Amino acid sequence: MAERRAWKRWVRPLLALAVLVAIWQLVLTLTGVPRYILPSPAAVASALIEQRELLARHAAITAIEIVAGLIGGILLGLTTALALARFRALRRTLLPLLLISQAIPLFALAPILMLWLGYGLGPKILMAMVIIYFPVASTGYDGLRQTPQGWLDLARTFGLSRRQRLLKAQLPAALPSLASGLRMAASAAPIGAVIGEWVGSSQGLGYLMLNANARLQIDLMFAALVVLVIFAVLLYFGVDAALRAAMPWQQDRMTPDQ
Amino acid sequence: MPPPGLVVREASLTFGDRPLFRALQARFDAGSWTCLLGRSGSGKSSLLRMIASLRLPDNHHLELDTSDGAPLRGRLAWMAQHDLLVPWHRVIGNVMLSAHWRGRPTAQDRQRAERLLAQVGLTDKASRWPDELSGGQRQRVALARTLFEDASIVLMDEPFSAVDAITRLELHDLASRLLDGRTVIMVTHDPLEALRLADRILILQGEPARLVSMPVPEGRRPRPLDSRELSHRQAELVAELREVTHG
Repeated sequence: MAERRAWKRWVRPLLALAVLVAIWQLVLTLTGVPRYILPSPAAVASALIEQRELLARHAAITAIEIVAGLIGGILLGLTTALALARFRALRRTLLPLLLISQAIPLFALAPILMLWLGYGLGPKILMAMVIIYFPVASTGYDGLRQTPQGWLDLARTFGLSRRQRLLKAQLPAALPSLASGLRMAASAAPIGAVIGEWVGSSQGLGYLMLNANARLQIDLMFAALVVLVIFAVLLYFGVDAALRAAMPWQQDRMTPDQ
Repeated sequence: MPPPGLVVREASLTFGDRPLFRALQARFDAGSWTCLLGRSGSGKSSLLRMIASLRLPDNHHLELDTSDGAPLRGRLAWMAQHDLLVPWHRVIGNVMLSAHWRGRPTAQDRQRAERLLAQVGLTDKASRWPDELSGGQRQRVALARTLFEDASIVLMDEPFSAVDAITRLELHDLASRLLDGRTVIMVTHDPLEALRLADRILILQGEPARLVSMPVPEGRRPRPLDSRELSHRQAELVAELREVTHG
């Protein structure tokens, strides 16, 4: 029963993917676009297989950047949200700064980070962190702020300290709101890392794409893109699974058989 | 330890620039069940929140004495109109919520929570999620959570108003039995509920409001529905409550 449901869950997305690939091939056949503009699905697939060692080497670098950025960004964002909820003075000073910081275009920030931190992994991880930080901090703070009054009343009559109230009542109550921020963060993290690699690097999928582009190895460029997409999808489902595990009460609600 | 009585003095509440009540006095006897009635907006829930020292948006003031002179802190349990069950703990965890929130529940906490669940008749639901329960069951869990505090003073704000009529009557019987011997103050808008449960009925009426004591039927609570005196008193109480707005 469960197996069948799992199979059903995958068949539609896979079918949609197949249709997209078919359209891709159809466009090539009908318009005759040259291969150095749009390679065929088959060419991309063979690039994926033939260049797998090269792709794997660069993919590993990008994966490290994404995961480190994700963890760092989530920790920093969550800490900010908790601190904002806990300290009024911080809200007055930090909140406006946070909003202003969102007006800085990320692309403009990347060269500066390169200048300060060099061409290694550091600035890419930082880019991924920066792009993740804000959605986590803002959805986390929103969730913490919107704890239903009734639960705060209970916490008060239990005689809890403000710290206990924040961690035991407000934080779990904020989880659903925080979860939407984390899902956003998961899909944004690869963007940060790749922007960092484009601006200046000697390794990673972003570097590989630029390099392949310069050498007119468009099939390799598309292959790198496919790997990036797979990363993004895996990351999303990984975060989603972790969130479901953290909120088992919501999982139960989704199964309608009771 | 015997439950303390409460004396409220100089209670005042201002809503905007409209005074709801001013210099209000009230005595709540040790171990007795007081029902506080009044129309919507009379400030009865606010008065209860003031006694519980919960947050209120409006301007308010209250002086509170206990009959034994000891502070109220730590001797008070709160039950609201909504069950306030948290979705992230199972039913048993919700019963011992205060233990979870203060730290980590001990084996004794768990045993006590199980005993209370048995008393409200929900032993078989211990490891369910709150979302899987009906409204009446959830309110019974809330009652067990209130009892878990083992507080000598229990403040309840319309605790049974969100359930259907039959469930409400069943909850009356259960609450009356389990809360016996504690000092209970319950806000309600249901005259029948007050007449079944209260040792004393107070109506918040007038502008600015005063507390008016109303007669209570004979007999032990929960009083049976078919008592003639109960229906007589109900008519009286409803008349009095209507007067508040028309008079």
